[in-house]
Amino acid sequence: MNLITALARFLIFPGLLFAIPAAWFFLWVERKSVALMQGRVGPPFMQPFFDFVKLMAKGTPPRSGIAGALMRAWPLIALASAAGAVGLLPVLPASGGFEGDLILLLALLELPSMCIIAAGFSSQSIFGEIGSAREAALSVSYNIVFLLAILSVAASQHTFRLEALAALPSSPLRLLGVLAIIVCLPAKLHLNPFSLPNAEQEIYSGPMTEYAGPELAMWELSHGLEWVAATGLVATLMAPQLGAWWLAALVFVALSFAIVILLSAIASATARLAIDTTVRFYWQCTLIFAVLAISSALFVRYRL
Amino acid sequence: MNLLRRLICYARRRSPWLFHMNSGSCNGCDIELVAALSPRYDAEQLGVRLEGSPRHADILCITGPVTKNAVGAIHTVYGQVCGPKAVVAIGSCPATTNVFIDSRTLDGPLQKHVPVDVFVPGCPPRPDAIIQGVAKAAQILAERGARREGEAVAALAIESGADANPQGLKPSEKGDALSARLKSCPDTLCAAHDERKTAEEQR
Repeated sequence: MNLITALARFLIFPGLLFAIPAAWFFLWVERKSVALMQGRVGPPFMQPFFDFVKLMAKGTPPRSGIAGALMRAWPLIALASAAGAVGLLPVLPASGGFEGDLILLLALLELPSMCIIAAGFSSQSIFGEIGSAREAALSVSYNIVFLLAILSVAASQHTFRLEALAALPSSPLRLLGVLAIIVCLPAKLHLNPFSLPNAEQEIYSGPMTEYAGPELAMWELSHGLEWVAATGLVATLMAPQLGAWWLAALVFVALSFAIVILLSAIASATARLAIDTTVRFYWQCTLIFAVLAISSALFVRYRL
Repeated sequence: MNLLRRLICYARRRSPWLFHMNSGSCNGCDIELVAALSPRYDAEQLGVRLEGSPRHADILCITGPVTKNAVGAIHTVYGQVCGPKAVVAIGSCPATTNVFIDSRTLDGPLQKHVPVDVFVPGCPPRPDAIIQGVAKAAQILAERGARREGEAVAALAIESGADANPQGLKPSEKGDALSARLKSCPDTLCAAHDERKTAEEQR
Protein backbone atom coordinates (compact mmCIF):
# COMPACT_ATOMS: atom_id res chain seq x y z
CA MET A 1 0.00 0.00 0.00
CA ASN A 2 2.81 2.36 0.94
CA LEU A 3 4.59 1.61 -2.31
CA ILE A 4 1.47 2.44 -4.29
CA THR A 5 1.03 5.78 -2.51
CA ALA A 6 4.68 6.63 -3.01
CA LEU A 7 4.48 5.76 -6.71
CA ALA A 8 1.29 7.79 -7.05
CA ARG A 9 3.01 10.75 -5.43
CA PHE A 10 6.00 10.45 -7.72
CA LEU A 11 4.08 9.76 -10.93
CA ILE A 12 0.80 11.67 -10.58
CA PHE A 13 0.55 14.46 -8.01
CA PRO A 14 2.72 16.38 -7.29
CA GLY A 15 4.95 14.17 -9.43
CA LEU A 16 5.48 13.87 -13.16
CA LEU A 17 1.91 13.91 -14.51
CA PHE A 18 1.28 17.22 -12.73
CA ALA A 19 4.81 18.59 -12.75
CA ILE A 20 5.69 18.40 -16.46
CA PRO A 21 2.65 20.39 -17.69
CA ALA A 22 3.13 22.68 -14.68
CA ALA A 23 6.78 23.18 -15.68
CA TRP A 24 5.75 24.22 -19.20
CA PHE A 25 3.00 26.39 -17.78
CA PHE A 26 5.39 28.17 -15.40
CA LEU A 27 7.93 28.71 -18.19
CA TRP A 28 5.13 30.23 -20.28
CA VAL A 29 3.91 32.39 -17.39
CA GLU A 30 7.42 33.71 -16.89
CA ARG A 31 7.91 34.62 -20.57
CA LYS A 32 4.37 35.97 -20.96
CA SER A 33 4.44 38.14 -17.85
CA VAL A 34 7.84 39.56 -18.79
CA ALA A 35 6.39 40.33 -22.27
CA LEU A 36 3.30 41.99 -20.80
CA MET A 37 5.41 44.11 -18.48
CA GLN A 38 7.48 45.25 -21.48
CA GLY A 39 4.32 46.18 -23.43
CA ARG A 40 4.54 43.17 -25.79
CA VAL A 41 1.99 40.45 -26.53
CA GLY A 42 4.39 37.61 -25.84
CA PRO A 43 4.52 33.94 -26.81
CA PRO A 44 1.41 31.78 -27.33
CA PHE A 45 0.22 29.48 -24.54
CA MET A 46 1.68 26.28 -25.99
CA GLN A 47 5.10 27.80 -26.73
CA PRO A 48 7.23 25.82 -24.20
CA PHE A 49 5.58 22.61 -25.43
CA PHE A 50 6.33 23.48 -29.07
CA ASP A 51 9.92 24.31 -28.13
CA PHE A 52 10.25 20.96 -26.36
CA VAL A 53 8.83 18.95 -29.29
CA LYS A 54 10.98 20.80 -31.79
CA LEU A 55 14.15 20.28 -29.75
CA MET A 56 13.36 16.57 -29.31
CA ALA A 57 13.18 16.22 -33.12
CA LYS A 58 16.44 18.02 -33.81
CA GLY A 59 19.82 16.44 -34.36
CA THR A 60 22.75 16.55 -31.95
CA PRO A 61 26.41 17.03 -32.81
CA PRO A 62 28.44 13.81 -32.71
CA ARG A 63 30.06 13.23 -29.34
CA SER A 64 32.61 10.57 -28.56
CA GLY A 65 34.53 9.21 -25.61
CA ILE A 66 34.02 9.73 -21.90
CA ALA A 67 33.42 13.47 -22.27
CA GLY A 68 30.64 12.82 -24.77
CA ALA A 69 28.98 10.21 -22.54
CA LEU A 70 29.20 12.59 -19.57
CA MET A 71 27.71 15.41 -21.63
CA ARG A 72 24.76 13.20 -22.49
CA ALA A 73 24.38 12.08 -18.86
CA TRP A 74 24.32 15.47 -17.07
CA PRO A 75 20.93 16.68 -18.35
CA LEU A 76 19.35 13.31 -17.51
CA ILE A 77 20.72 13.39 -13.94
CA ALA A 78 19.51 16.98 -13.54
CA LEU A 79 16.07 16.05 -14.87
CA ALA A 80 15.77 13.00 -12.61
CA SER A 81 16.77 14.88 -9.47
CA ALA A 82 14.46 17.82 -10.23
CA ALA A 83 11.58 15.37 -10.80
CA GLY A 84 12.44 13.60 -7.54
CA ALA A 85 12.41 16.91 -5.68
CA VAL A 86 8.95 17.69 -7.03
CA GLY A 87 7.73 14.21 -6.05
CA LEU A 88 8.91 14.72 -2.47
CA LEU A 89 6.89 17.89 -1.85
CA PRO A 90 4.40 17.25 0.96
CA VAL A 91 1.41 18.78 -0.76
CA LEU A 92 -1.28 16.31 0.19
CA PRO A 93 -1.80 15.83 3.94
CA ALA A 94 -1.06 12.37 5.42
CA SER A 95 -0.44 10.65 2.11
CA GLY A 96 1.84 7.99 3.56
CA GLY A 97 4.38 6.16 1.44
CA PHE A 98 8.00 7.19 1.26
CA GLU A 99 8.53 10.23 3.44
CA GLY A 100 11.74 11.98 2.56
CA ASP A 101 13.05 14.67 4.82
CA LEU A 102 14.09 18.24 4.21
CA ILE A 103 17.76 17.29 3.77
CA LEU A 104 16.97 14.93 0.87
CA LEU A 105 14.80 17.60 -0.76
CA LEU A 106 17.62 20.15 -0.45
CA ALA A 107 20.12 17.71 -1.95
CA LEU A 108 17.81 16.98 -4.89
CA LEU A 109 17.22 20.70 -5.42
CA GLU A 110 20.97 21.34 -5.42
CA LEU A 111 21.88 18.53 -7.82
CA PRO A 112 20.70 20.28 -11.05
CA SER A 113 22.99 23.23 -10.37
CA MET A 114 25.90 20.81 -9.72
CA CYS A 115 25.05 19.17 -13.05
CA ILE A 116 25.09 22.55 -14.80
CA ILE A 117 28.58 23.24 -13.39
CA ALA A 118 29.83 19.81 -14.48
CA ALA A 119 28.17 20.14 -17.91
CA GLY A 120 29.87 23.45 -18.62
CA PHE A 121 33.29 22.06 -17.76
CA SER A 122 32.83 18.81 -19.67
CA SER A 123 31.64 20.66 -22.79
CA GLN A 124 35.20 22.04 -23.16
CA SER A 125 33.90 25.31 -24.53
CA ILE A 126 35.43 28.49 -23.16
CA PHE A 127 31.97 30.02 -22.74
CA GLY A 128 30.74 26.91 -20.95
CA GLU A 129 33.68 27.06 -18.57
CA ILE A 130 33.13 30.74 -17.78
CA GLY A 131 29.44 30.02 -17.21
CA SER A 132 30.26 27.11 -14.91
CA ALA A 133 32.69 29.18 -12.90
CA ARG A 134 29.99 31.84 -12.51
CA GLU A 135 27.41 29.23 -11.52
CA ALA A 136 29.82 27.87 -8.90
CA ALA A 137 30.45 31.35 -7.45
CA LEU A 138 26.72 32.07 -7.46
CA SER A 139 25.97 28.74 -5.79
CA VAL A 140 28.49 29.40 -3.03
CA SER A 141 27.01 32.84 -2.37
CA TYR A 142 23.28 32.10 -2.28
CA ASN A 143 23.45 28.65 -0.74
CA ILE A 144 24.72 29.95 2.61
CA VAL A 145 21.63 32.13 2.95
CA PHE A 146 19.33 29.45 1.49
CA LEU A 147 20.53 26.71 3.85
CA LEU A 148 20.49 29.01 6.89
CA ALA A 149 16.93 30.01 6.04
CA ILE A 150 15.84 26.37 5.70
CA LEU A 151 17.65 25.52 8.94
CA SER A 152 15.87 28.35 10.73
CA VAL A 153 12.50 27.00 9.53
CA ALA A 154 13.44 23.49 10.68
CA ALA A 155 14.84 24.71 14.01
CA SER A 156 11.80 26.81 14.81
CA GLN A 157 9.54 23.79 14.24
CA HIS A 158 11.86 21.23 15.94
CA THR A 159 11.84 18.85 12.99
CA PHE A 160 13.48 18.01 9.65
CA ARG A 161 10.60 15.83 8.47
CA LEU A 162 8.70 17.34 5.55
CA GLU A 163 5.31 15.95 6.52
CA ALA A 164 5.60 17.34 10.02
CA LEU A 165 6.81 20.71 8.73
CA ALA A 166 3.87 20.97 6.35
CA ALA A 167 1.42 19.91 9.07
CA LEU A 168 2.59 22.36 11.73
CA PRO A 169 0.98 25.80 11.85
CA SER A 170 3.23 28.59 10.63
CA SER A 171 4.82 31.06 13.01
CA PRO A 172 6.24 34.57 12.42
CA LEU A 173 9.74 33.06 12.60
CA ARG A 174 8.90 30.66 9.82
CA LEU A 175 7.69 33.54 7.66
CA LEU A 176 11.08 35.24 8.16
CA GLY A 177 12.77 32.06 6.94
CA VAL A 178 10.41 31.82 3.94
CA LEU A 179 11.23 35.44 3.06
CA ALA A 180 14.94 34.61 3.06
CA ILE A 181 14.25 31.59 0.81
CA ILE A 182 12.34 33.81 -1.65
CA VAL A 183 15.33 36.17 -1.82
CA CYS A 184 17.46 33.20 -2.89
CA LEU A 185 15.04 31.89 -5.55
CA PRO A 186 16.03 34.28 -8.40
CA ALA A 187 19.63 33.09 -8.06
CA LYS A 188 18.58 29.45 -7.86
CA LEU A 189 16.42 29.78 -11.00
CA HIS A 190 18.93 32.01 -12.84
CA LEU A 191 16.48 34.89 -13.09
CA ASN A 192 17.38 38.38 -14.05
CA PRO A 193 19.26 40.19 -11.35
CA PHE A 194 21.29 36.99 -10.93
CA SER A 195 21.14 35.49 -14.44
CA LEU A 196 24.92 35.33 -14.55
CA PRO A 197 25.62 31.73 -15.59
CA ASN A 198 23.59 31.90 -18.81
CA ALA A 199 24.13 35.59 -19.57
CA GLU A 200 23.18 35.62 -23.28
CA GLN A 201 24.73 38.90 -24.31
CA GLU A 202 28.03 38.18 -22.56
CA ILE A 203 28.96 34.51 -22.77
CA TYR A 204 26.56 33.07 -25.40
CA SER A 205 24.57 30.57 -23.33
CA GLY A 206 27.09 29.74 -20.63
CA PRO A 207 27.19 26.04 -19.69
CA MET A 208 24.50 25.24 -22.31
CA THR A 209 26.52 26.61 -25.24
CA GLU A 210 27.46 23.20 -26.69
CA TYR A 211 24.12 21.50 -26.06
CA ALA A 212 21.64 20.93 -28.86
CA GLY A 213 18.47 19.02 -29.69
CA PRO A 214 17.10 16.48 -27.18
CA GLU A 215 19.82 17.22 -24.61
CA LEU A 216 18.85 20.88 -24.61
CA ALA A 217 15.20 19.86 -24.33
CA MET A 218 16.10 17.88 -21.17
CA TRP A 219 17.82 20.96 -19.74
CA GLU A 220 14.78 23.12 -20.48
CA LEU A 221 12.49 20.57 -18.87
CA SER A 222 14.69 20.19 -15.80
CA HIS A 223 14.76 23.98 -15.49
CA GLY A 224 10.96 23.98 -15.59
CA LEU A 225 10.82 21.25 -12.96
CA GLU A 226 13.20 23.28 -10.82
CA TRP A 227 10.68 26.10 -11.06
CA VAL A 228 7.92 23.79 -9.85
CA ALA A 229 10.05 22.34 -7.05
CA ALA A 230 11.44 25.65 -5.78
CA THR A 231 8.14 27.53 -5.86
CA GLY A 232 6.41 24.43 -4.48
CA LEU A 233 8.79 24.32 -1.51
CA VAL A 234 7.90 27.90 -0.61
CA ALA A 235 4.21 27.21 -1.24
CA THR A 236 4.15 24.20 1.10
CA LEU A 237 5.96 26.14 3.80
CA MET A 238 3.52 29.06 3.47
CA ALA A 239 0.30 27.10 2.95
CA PRO A 240 -2.11 26.91 5.88
CA GLN A 241 -3.08 23.50 7.22
CA LEU A 242 -6.15 22.22 5.33
CA GLY A 243 -8.21 19.09 5.72
CA ALA A 244 -9.51 18.36 2.24
CA TRP A 245 -6.89 17.14 -0.26
CA TRP A 246 -8.38 19.03 -3.19
CA LEU A 247 -8.31 22.28 -1.22
CA ALA A 248 -4.66 21.65 -0.28
CA ALA A 249 -3.78 20.99 -3.93
CA LEU A 250 -5.63 24.12 -5.05
CA VAL A 251 -3.90 26.33 -2.47
CA PHE A 252 -0.54 24.79 -3.47
CA VAL A 253 -1.07 25.61 -7.15
CA ALA A 254 -2.35 29.13 -6.42
CA LEU A 255 0.57 29.96 -4.10
CA SER A 256 3.11 28.58 -6.62
CA PHE A 257 1.52 30.69 -9.35
CA ALA A 258 1.70 33.82 -7.19
CA ILE A 259 5.40 33.22 -6.51
CA VAL A 260 6.08 32.72 -10.25
CA ILE A 261 4.39 36.06 -10.98
CA LEU A 262 6.40 37.76 -8.22
CA LEU A 263 9.72 36.36 -9.49
CA SER A 264 8.89 37.31 -13.12
CA ALA A 265 8.05 40.84 -12.03
CA ILE A 266 11.41 41.10 -10.27
CA ALA A 267 13.15 39.64 -13.33
CA SER A 268 11.60 42.09 -15.78
CA ALA A 269 12.14 45.10 -13.52
CA THR A 270 15.86 44.54 -12.93
CA ALA A 271 19.05 44.34 -14.95
CA ARG A 272 21.79 41.77 -14.54
CA LEU A 273 24.27 42.38 -11.74
CA ALA A 274 27.97 41.68 -12.04
CA ILE A 275 29.32 38.60 -10.27
CA ASP A 276 31.15 40.52 -7.54
CA THR A 277 28.05 42.62 -6.79
CA THR A 278 25.97 39.44 -6.58
CA VAL A 279 28.35 37.76 -4.16
CA ARG A 280 28.50 40.95 -2.08
CA PHE A 281 24.69 41.20 -2.11
CA TYR A 282 24.26 37.73 -0.66
CA TRP A 283 27.19 37.81 1.73
CA GLN A 284 26.68 41.33 3.06
CA CYS A 285 23.00 42.24 2.70
CA THR A 286 20.96 39.06 3.00
CA LEU A 287 23.26 37.01 5.22
CA ILE A 288 22.36 39.31 8.10
CA PHE A 289 18.67 38.40 7.78
CA ALA A 290 19.43 34.70 7.53
CA VAL A 291 21.66 34.81 10.62
CA LEU A 292 18.94 36.80 12.41
CA ALA A 293 16.34 34.19 11.45
CA ILE A 294 18.39 31.21 12.60
CA SER A 295 19.63 32.83 15.81
CA SER A 296 16.13 33.86 16.83
CA ALA A 297 14.87 30.36 15.96
CA LEU A 298 17.55 28.76 18.14
CA PHE A 299 16.88 31.28 20.88
CA VAL A 300 13.15 30.47 20.88
CA ARG A 301 13.89 26.75 20.84
CA TYR A 302 16.24 26.72 23.82
CA ARG A 303 14.18 29.15 25.85
CA LEU A 304 11.15 26.89 25.56
CA MET B 1 3.12 7.88 -36.17
CA ASN B 2 1.73 10.18 -38.80
CA LEU B 3 0.24 12.32 -36.05
CA LEU B 4 3.63 12.56 -34.33
CA ARG B 5 5.28 13.72 -37.55
CA ARG B 6 2.64 16.34 -38.10
CA LEU B 7 3.10 17.52 -34.52
CA ILE B 8 6.86 17.81 -35.07
CA CYS B 9 6.37 19.80 -38.28
CA TYR B 10 3.88 22.06 -36.55
CA ALA B 11 6.25 22.60 -33.62
CA ARG B 12 9.11 23.44 -36.00
CA ARG B 13 6.99 26.08 -37.66
CA ARG B 14 5.88 27.56 -34.34
CA SER B 15 9.25 27.71 -32.64
CA PRO B 16 11.97 29.18 -34.86
CA TRP B 17 15.08 30.00 -32.84
CA LEU B 18 17.47 32.38 -34.54
CA PHE B 19 21.20 32.78 -34.53
CA HIS B 20 22.36 36.13 -35.82
CA MET B 21 25.62 36.35 -37.72
CA ASN B 22 27.32 39.44 -39.09
CA SER B 23 29.56 38.85 -42.11
CA GLY B 24 30.91 42.37 -42.45
CA SER B 25 27.63 44.27 -42.30
CA CYS B 26 27.48 48.03 -41.66
CA ASN B 27 25.33 47.24 -38.58
CA GLY B 28 22.16 48.65 -40.19
CA CYS B 29 20.49 45.26 -40.71
CA ASP B 30 21.69 44.05 -37.30
CA ILE B 31 19.88 46.89 -35.60
CA GLU B 32 16.71 46.13 -37.60
CA LEU B 33 16.90 42.45 -36.63
CA VAL B 34 17.09 43.38 -32.96
CA ALA B 35 14.26 45.87 -33.51
CA ALA B 36 12.09 42.99 -34.77
CA LEU B 37 12.25 41.51 -31.25
CA SER B 38 11.48 44.81 -29.54
CA PRO B 39 8.05 45.67 -28.03
CA ARG B 40 6.92 47.49 -31.19
CA TYR B 41 7.24 44.46 -33.48
CA ASP B 42 7.38 41.59 -30.94
CA ALA B 43 8.49 38.60 -33.02
CA GLU B 44 8.14 36.43 -29.91
CA GLN B 45 4.46 36.06 -30.85
CA LEU B 46 5.68 33.63 -33.50
CA GLY B 47 7.84 31.80 -30.98
CA VAL B 48 11.00 33.50 -32.24
CA ARG B 49 13.89 33.56 -29.82
CA LEU B 50 17.31 35.03 -30.47
CA GLU B 51 19.75 32.42 -29.20
CA GLY B 52 23.31 32.97 -28.07
CA SER B 53 24.70 29.73 -29.41
CA PRO B 54 24.42 28.38 -33.00
CA ARG B 55 23.92 24.89 -31.50
CA HIS B 56 20.49 25.97 -30.22
CA ALA B 57 19.34 27.66 -33.42
CA ASP B 58 17.10 26.49 -36.26
CA ILE B 59 17.48 29.51 -38.50
CA LEU B 60 20.74 31.24 -39.30
CA CYS B 61 20.22 34.95 -40.00
CA ILE B 62 23.21 36.34 -41.91
CA THR B 63 23.76 40.03 -42.60
CA GLY B 64 26.57 41.69 -44.51
CA PRO B 65 28.26 41.29 -47.92
CA VAL B 66 30.53 38.35 -46.85
CA THR B 67 34.05 39.66 -46.45
CA LYS B 68 36.96 37.29 -47.10
CA ASN B 69 37.65 37.13 -43.36
CA ALA B 70 34.08 36.04 -42.64
CA VAL B 71 33.99 33.06 -45.05
CA GLY B 72 35.64 30.61 -42.64
CA ALA B 73 33.38 31.75 -39.80
CA ILE B 74 30.27 31.29 -41.96
CA HIS B 75 31.27 27.71 -42.80
CA THR B 76 32.00 26.94 -39.12
CA VAL B 77 28.77 28.43 -37.82
CA TYR B 78 26.69 26.79 -40.56
CA GLY B 79 28.22 23.46 -39.58
CA GLN B 80 27.48 24.08 -35.91
CA VAL B 81 23.74 24.54 -36.45
CA CYS B 82 22.09 21.15 -36.02
CA GLY B 83 19.64 19.99 -38.67
CA PRO B 84 17.04 20.62 -39.92
CA LYS B 85 18.19 24.18 -40.49
CA ALA B 86 17.45 27.15 -42.73
CA VAL B 87 19.39 30.26 -43.73
CA VAL B 88 17.88 33.73 -44.04
CA ALA B 89 19.95 36.40 -45.82
CA ILE B 90 18.98 39.75 -44.33
CA GLY B 91 19.45 42.89 -46.42
CA SER B 92 20.66 43.48 -49.94
CA CYS B 93 24.32 42.85 -49.03
CA PRO B 94 24.30 39.04 -48.66
CA ALA B 95 22.08 38.75 -51.74
CA THR B 96 24.04 40.94 -54.16
CA THR B 97 26.96 42.43 -52.20
CA ASN B 98 25.07 45.70 -52.80
CA VAL B 99 27.20 48.86 -53.16
CA PHE B 100 30.39 46.93 -52.36
CA ILE B 101 30.00 44.83 -55.48
CA ASP B 102 33.50 45.00 -56.98
CA SER B 103 35.46 45.29 -53.75
CA ARG B 104 38.59 43.15 -53.53
CA THR B 105 37.96 42.48 -49.83
CA LEU B 106 34.75 40.58 -50.56
CA ASP B 107 33.99 36.99 -51.40
CA GLY B 108 30.24 37.33 -51.82
CA PRO B 109 27.39 36.94 -52.38
CA LEU B 110 26.36 34.57 -49.61
CA GLN B 111 24.89 31.93 -51.89
CA LYS B 112 28.39 31.01 -53.08
CA HIS B 113 29.10 29.55 -49.64
CA VAL B 114 25.90 28.26 -48.02
CA PRO B 115 22.46 27.44 -49.44
CA VAL B 116 20.17 30.38 -48.73
CA ASP B 117 16.46 29.69 -48.21
CA VAL B 118 14.98 33.16 -47.90
CA PHE B 119 16.26 36.54 -49.05
CA VAL B 120 14.93 39.61 -47.24
CA PRO B 121 15.77 42.58 -49.48
CA GLY B 122 16.28 46.14 -48.30
CA CYS B 123 19.06 48.41 -47.18
CA PRO B 124 18.21 47.88 -44.39
CA PRO B 125 14.96 45.89 -44.56
CA ARG B 126 12.14 46.88 -42.24
CA PRO B 127 11.68 44.75 -39.11
CA ASP B 128 8.29 43.51 -40.40
CA ALA B 129 9.98 42.25 -43.56
CA ILE B 130 12.53 40.41 -41.42
CA ILE B 131 9.73 38.84 -39.38
CA GLN B 132 8.02 37.73 -42.57
CA GLY B 133 11.27 36.25 -43.86
CA VAL B 134 11.77 34.32 -40.62
CA ALA B 135 8.17 33.05 -40.75
CA LYS B 136 8.75 31.84 -44.31
CA ALA B 137 11.98 30.15 -43.29
CA ALA B 138 10.18 28.39 -40.44
CA GLN B 139 7.62 27.13 -42.96
CA ILE B 140 10.42 25.85 -45.21
CA LEU B 141 12.00 24.18 -42.17
CA ALA B 142 8.80 22.32 -41.36
CA GLU B 143 8.41 21.12 -44.94
CA ARG B 144 12.06 20.09 -45.11
CA GLY B 145 11.70 18.05 -41.94
CA ALA B 146 8.65 16.31 -43.34
CA ARG B 147 10.43 15.47 -46.57
CA ARG B 148 13.56 14.21 -44.86
CA GLU B 149 11.56 11.78 -42.81
CA GLY B 150 10.21 10.31 -46.05
CA GLU B 151 6.73 11.72 -45.78
CA ALA B 152 4.86 13.27 -48.65
CA VAL B 153 4.33 16.97 -48.23
CA ALA B 154 0.64 16.47 -48.95
CA ALA B 155 -0.24 16.37 -45.27
CA LEU B 156 1.57 19.60 -44.73
CA ALA B 157 0.14 21.39 -47.72
CA ILE B 158 -3.13 21.87 -45.87
CA GLU B 159 -1.32 23.55 -43.01
CA SER B 160 0.87 25.69 -45.25
CA GLY B 161 -2.13 26.91 -47.20
CA ALA B 162 -3.88 27.90 -44.02
CA ASP B 163 -0.92 29.54 -42.41
CA ALA B 164 1.57 30.68 -45.04
CA ASN B 165 1.55 34.15 -43.55
CA PRO B 166 2.01 34.70 -39.85
CA GLN B 167 -1.65 35.55 -39.40
CA GLY B 168 -1.54 34.55 -35.74
CA LEU B 169 0.05 37.90 -35.05
CA LYS B 170 -1.99 40.23 -32.96
CA PRO B 171 -1.28 43.96 -33.17
CA SER B 172 0.81 44.99 -30.22
CA GLU B 173 -0.52 47.85 -28.11
CA LYS B 174 2.15 50.29 -29.18
CA GLY B 175 2.55 49.12 -32.78
CA ASP B 176 0.25 49.26 -35.77
CA ALA B 177 -1.51 46.25 -37.19
CA LEU B 178 1.41 44.05 -38.20
CA SER B 179 -0.49 41.93 -40.66
CA ALA B 180 -1.56 44.98 -42.65
CA ARG B 181 2.03 46.11 -43.03
CA LEU B 182 3.28 42.63 -43.84
CA LYS B 183 1.19 42.65 -47.00
CA SER B 184 3.10 45.63 -48.39
CA CYS B 185 6.50 43.95 -47.96
CA PRO B 186 8.23 42.29 -50.91
CA ASP B 187 9.10 38.73 -50.02
CA THR B 188 11.55 37.51 -52.65
CA LEU B 189 14.79 38.75 -54.03
CA CYS B 190 14.34 42.38 -55.01
CA ALA B 191 13.93 43.51 -58.60
CA ALA B 192 17.08 45.59 -58.32
CA HIS B 193 19.12 42.43 -58.05
CA ASP B 194 17.70 41.04 -61.28
CA GLU B 195 18.35 44.32 -63.05
CA ARG B 196 21.93 44.36 -61.86
CA LYS B 197 22.43 40.76 -62.91
CA THR B 198 21.21 41.42 -66.43
CA ALA B 199 23.35 44.56 -66.59
CA GLU B 200 26.39 42.48 -65.59
CA GLU B 201 25.62 39.89 -68.23
CA GLN B 202 25.29 42.54 -70.92
CA ARG B 203 28.61 43.99 -69.83
